[in-house]
Amino acid sequence: MIEDRKPRIATVSLAGCFGCHMALLDIDERLMALMKLVEFDRSPLTDIKTFTRRCDIGIIEGGCCNEENVEVLREFRRHCDVLVAIGQCAIMGGLPAMRNAIMHSDAALRECLEEAYITGPYIRNTGHAIPNDPALPLLLDKVYPCSDVVEIDHQIPGCAPSGDIIFAALTGLLSGKFRGFDPHLIRFD
Amino acid sequence: MSEPAFHITIDGVQIAARPGQTIMEAADEAGIYIPRLCDHEGLRHQGSCRVCTVKAGGRSVSACTQPAAPGLVVENETPHMVKLRRDLVEMLFHEGNHLCPICEASGNCELQAMAYRLGLTAPSRFPFLQPTRPLDASHPDIALDTNRCITCGRCIRASQDVDHKGVFGYVGRGIHRRVAVNGPDLAHTDAAITDHAISAEVCPVGCIIRKRVGFRIPIGEREFDAALIGEEIEEHRDD
Ligand code: SF4
Ligand code: SF4
Ligand code: SF4
Ligand code: FES
Repeated sequence: MIEDRKPRIATVSLAGCFGCHMALLDIDERLMALMKLVEFDRSPLTDIKTFTRRCDIGIIEGGCCNEENVEVLREFRRHCDVLVAIGQCAIMGGLPAMRNAIMHSDAALRECLEEAYITGPYIRNTGHAIPNDPALPLLLDKVYPCSDVVEIDHQIPGCAPSGDIIFAALTGLLSGKFRGFDPHLIRFD
Repeated sequence: MSEPAFHITIDGVQIAARPGQTIMEAADEAGIYIPRLCDHEGLRHQGSCRVCTVKAGGRSVSACTQPAAPGLVVENETPHMVKLRRDLVEMLFHEGNHLCPICEASGNCELQAMAYRLGLTAPSRFPFLQPTRPLDASHPDIALDTNRCITCGRCIRASQDVDHKGVFGYVGRGIHRRVAVNGPDLAHTDAAITDHAISAEVCPVGCIIRKRVGFRIPIGEREFDAALIGEEIEEHRDD
């Protein structure tokens, strides 16, 4: 039996800057049309912290830089039918992935943390120690794109993606007619 | 201009070609775009990136080096060719470190523009190699960020054949082949900001950087903000 209900969307920001969530608002007044079509479940937009029900679409901003990101991403995969990675961070690691390779170091993570907390010229860290509280999620060796951790169904490129490409993707997915993007809309920045 | 010597067919369209022309040169004149990265106007053909691969007479050849021949039947924008090119471009992204949001070539970059045109948006099947590559900022006017180099060799040919200098060259083999400068660093070569090899048009990506001009052009006014790469050629298509 097919339930007569609005499609449910969940969203989350992992290792991202929230710019992609801001970009969701860039679809401007079309947001009103979208809100009529869907319901938001777990999302920073609703402040719902855990899934209340299974969702049709999960939108992921940011890649995975720590163990909590991995756990949340796997939870989204379990609770969502279609998983959409939004923005360069989710797609290929984005700016946080700068710590992976271009530190020109064999121990890039250590060098990054040392510069951020101990040796950097602008730090105000009187303890001169790298934060190590057990409550902090453990950092991963590298920043991983979402598709390295779970299966991702679609990706919306951009940093942040334009309102137009987000709207095209969401309306396409909701109507079941998504067949990729108009190349004129694609941006990696 | 003299009468065309013969015709070739590209994706079912008959176009004129002259002896000595490559498939790509004939296609360009007819307003048919064949994607390319290592080939550049005014430089000798190298045929190394294979992004211009077409099926000609049933064989895969690089359109930038293969001469046009009478009656040749060429497949260019077929789903198979587009997929092959998309895979090649994707591998170029994965072989280096391409962080478009922080790259000063973004919006003017041919690699990025090619990814847009070919629709490179699906989740990747290839690993990101994330190599550790050096940045050479020794020269007062020029920097090299080799994280973005796609080893197209355009700078090598421009420096050798146009500037008659030989500032750049290949080192290593296979996947380890890289472009290096002919000296301990760029400051110790005779590279100059006025070299053709250093001009904004030669390096297709953001590897050769002209200092103090980055991010001058606002988003929206950059080369590929308004049109896809290749549309400037397709504009004068006559059918
Ligand atoms: S892709 Fe850009 S806008 Fe989106 S989270 Fe990453 S840095 Fe922020
Ligand atoms: S060189 Fe091109 S593809 Fe690479 S990061 Fe810069 S804009 Fe992106
Ligand atoms: S530096 Fe630029 S022009 Fe030279 S080989 Fe690399 S990508 Fe090509
Ligand atoms: S453009 Fe023909 S091989 Fe590169």
